[in-house]
Amino acid sequence: MAVLQMRKINICGLRKDRKSIIETLQSAGVMELTKTADEDSVFQKMDTLSYRQVFERNVLTMEQALEVLHRYAPEKTSMFAALEGKDIKAAEEFRRMETECEDILKVGKQILDFEKNISERKANVIKLESQIESLTPWLALDIPMNCRGTKRSSVMIGTIQGTVTLDQIYEAVANKAKELEAFDVEILGADKDQTCMVAVCLKEQAGELEDALRSYGFARPSQLVEEIPSVQVEVWKKKIEEFELEIKQLEDSIRQYEGRREDFKQVADYYRIRSDKYSVLGELLQSKKTFLVTGYVPEKDTVSLEDKLNRYDLAFEYEEIAEDEEPPVLLKNNAFAESAEGVTASFGLPAKGEMDPTSVMSICYVFLFGLMLSDAAYGFIVSLACFIALKKFKRMDSGLRKSLKLFMFSGLSTLFWGILFGGYFGDAVDIIAKTFLGKEVTAPIIPAVWFIPLNDPMKLLIYSMLFGTIHLYLGLAMKGYMLLKDKKYVDFICDVVLWYFLLTGLIFILLPTELFSSISQMNFVFPPIVNMLAKGAAIIGAVGILFMSGRSSKNPALRIALGAYDLYNITGWVSDVLSYSRLLALGLATGVIASVINQMGSMVGNSVLGMIVFVIVFIGGHIFNLGINVLGAYVHTCRLQYVEFFGKFYEGGGKMFEPFRRNTKYVDFKED
Amino acid sequence: MNLNDLGIFLALLGAALAVILSGMGSAYGVGVAGQAAAGVVTEDPSKFAKVLILQLLPGTQGIYGLLVAFIALSKMGLLGGGVQAMDFATGCLYLAACLPIAIVGLVSARYQGRTSVAAIGIVAKKPEQFGKAMLFPAMVETYAILALLVSILAVSAL
Repeated sequence: MAVLQMRKINICGLRKDRKSIIETLQSAGVMELTKTADEDSVFQKMDTLSYRQVFERNVLTMEQALEVLHRYAPEKTSMFAALEGKDIKAAEEFRRMETECEDILKVGKQILDFEKNISERKANVIKLESQIESLTPWLALDIPMNCRGTKRSSVMIGTIQGTVTLDQIYEAVANKAKELEAFDVEILGADKDQTCMVAVCLKEQAGELEDALRSYGFARPSQLVEEIPSVQVEVWKKKIEEFELEIKQLEDSIRQYEGRREDFKQVADYYRIRSDKYSVLGELLQSKKTFLVTGYVPEKDTVSLEDKLNRYDLAFEYEEIAEDEEPPVLLKNNAFAESAEGVTASFGLPAKGEMDPTSVMSICYVFLFGLMLSDAAYGFIVSLACFIALKKFKRMDSGLRKSLKLFMFSGLSTLFWGILFGGYFGDAVDIIAKTFLGKEVTAPIIPAVWFIPLNDPMKLLIYSMLFGTIHLYLGLAMKGYMLLKDKKYVDFICDVVLWYFLLTGLIFILLPTELFSSISQMNFVFPPIVNMLAKGAAIIGAVGILFMSGRSSKNPALRIALGAYDLYNITGWVSDVLSYSRLLALGLATGVIASVINQMGSMVGNSVLGMIVFVIVFIGGHIFNLGINVLGAYVHTCRLQYVEFFGKFYEGGGKMFEPFRRNTKYVDFKED
Repeated sequence: MNLNDLGIFLALLGAALAVILSGMGSAYGVGVAGQAAAGVVTEDPSKFAKVLILQLLPGTQGIYGLLVAFIALSKMGLLGGGVQAMDFATGCLYLAACLPIAIVGLVSARYQGRTSVAAIGIVAKKPEQFGKAMLFPAMVETYAILALLVSILAVSAL
């Protein structure tokens, strides 16, 4: 249970070694680099931006190539791919990438070229298809569309707005040009907003006919095809087929690279590593012959780092960490407590001088989580699922592994509380016995080891507050521990011990009262000496806080006022304790919704259909209930830790230790 | 009409209100939070799990309402089939007992939904601050829990 000790290290090496030293630091991955001093006339930074941009572009190329490859040759991944974590590759693979990266990059670019060709052809196909569609109403025309007529006759090909019949056209022409007789109109086809037609007449009457038609809305088509439409469509269709064949061939050529997928991933990661390296190189202060790098190393890793550094001609020294400097934080806990590190980190890592609260908090977390979910079957399912996932996927990301471990322990705690409260999928056992086995159920078949919360909510409420009080006392104790460690004895007495006196005194005054016994149905009778002691403790605490809380202030009136204000914090304690009533509320919610599901499932009754309905409702309903209540338990346990528990002693605000390392997406390369 | 005939109606009305009002509040809360969450997921699908959790937070009031209604219904004997006659006063008591979770459920779920929207904004910009983002909506929930507690204690004491 601790924050790891950090050491600040300054390394000064020869400039010619700088790349290999930086690579060594990167593959070791134990040092967080810090900003060095500003540039001066001797030490200057080198601009590496252009290199980095090239590498970043290469990463992007490989990512796009992978995406294209995935589109045409989908990678088979299991449902639990997210749990699997990164592949581990031997160090030789990294060296292979160094030599082959250019070639693999070329293959990636080739794939992108193919993809570009495919999309060009696809665009062409779409264009042709829309052209075919616009020509469809003209298909009945058996002369080229740009035909203007023969020696003696004139042909007018065009459209009329809207849907019209042949009779309407004849009528319109007859109205407009009465003497016109020798002409012929034919309707070719129509789509939703135009009618396609062709008219033939003698050449000398063409003008008259066209005028008549125009006044009825006739217009020549804007794009003319110099072919008979049906022939033109055939030509286009053939072209589409050609394009599609080419697309298929291109897709096949992309698919041929399926086997290189792993290479692509490794190259993408390789360029990521190099891009990181160059961004560090760009920050280095370099003189003509030397360079400087500074950073933090966890104490435990200093020996191995020194070993690696000693291979080079360089000098390094450790520096005292200055008062006002905040080193990055890395937590180290035992196998059980480390599972809750993520919970601590979400609130904030310990600031300088604070202790790591994870170990105490992890125990409380598991305890309270179980109390909120409190169903034996649910707890068993959750812990079993997490256990299997942890066993099966060894290379899982460490943050995820810790969370799953936390849920596994919380599941076990849920199992424990479920047995105490007699909840197994709510009241599923009783309902099944009653509905399908025809038994008369008067008392639960599996009795609760302790008691059933729904039958006696008041009892659980009192216990919830008792657990809450213990939790809060623990928080205050942590504060005391931290004060003692810092040798602030006066603060320890005033801010911790006096509060213990006051609170404990008040509790023991409250317990034997009429008020409490009428609420809780519990009678406490203490011997008079206890009552006296309780009163005494409360008074000592209250008076002490009144006079000592504002001890930082010289002004006596202000000091008393500050003390009185601090005494008012007693209301904060009351609301903190009441906040633990959520333990009861959430525990009841799980059980009651589970029994609603069981009741709903059993409504059809004892028949084959009834059993089928029961199974379906049971599975679906309990998955829903499990999900919603695990979420609720997770959120509210976090809240109790963050607000009530941490509120007593912990502020957080430390910065996470982020070592300079090989930051990859797909694979981890082993160290040389 | 005999006033006592109204007893069972009032009791049922209480249970119904517990479900209706808190359900309405939760539907609103989850709804607005869902809109915000959908916006975040369009930008960055990898935040799906985080924003989903935040979206679901205002959903609990509806469940608390259901819980109280269920306990009330089973106390009235409506679930076992045999409806017992209930006098007017008892009916009023059931109604009153259901009101805390009904009203506080409605109001707190609405406000929790709006807090969730803001918390989703935190996750969109600073996903590493998820723990703190989750805390703000959870603070609002406290009052729904207190109301639930009073409703449960009152209904089960009747």
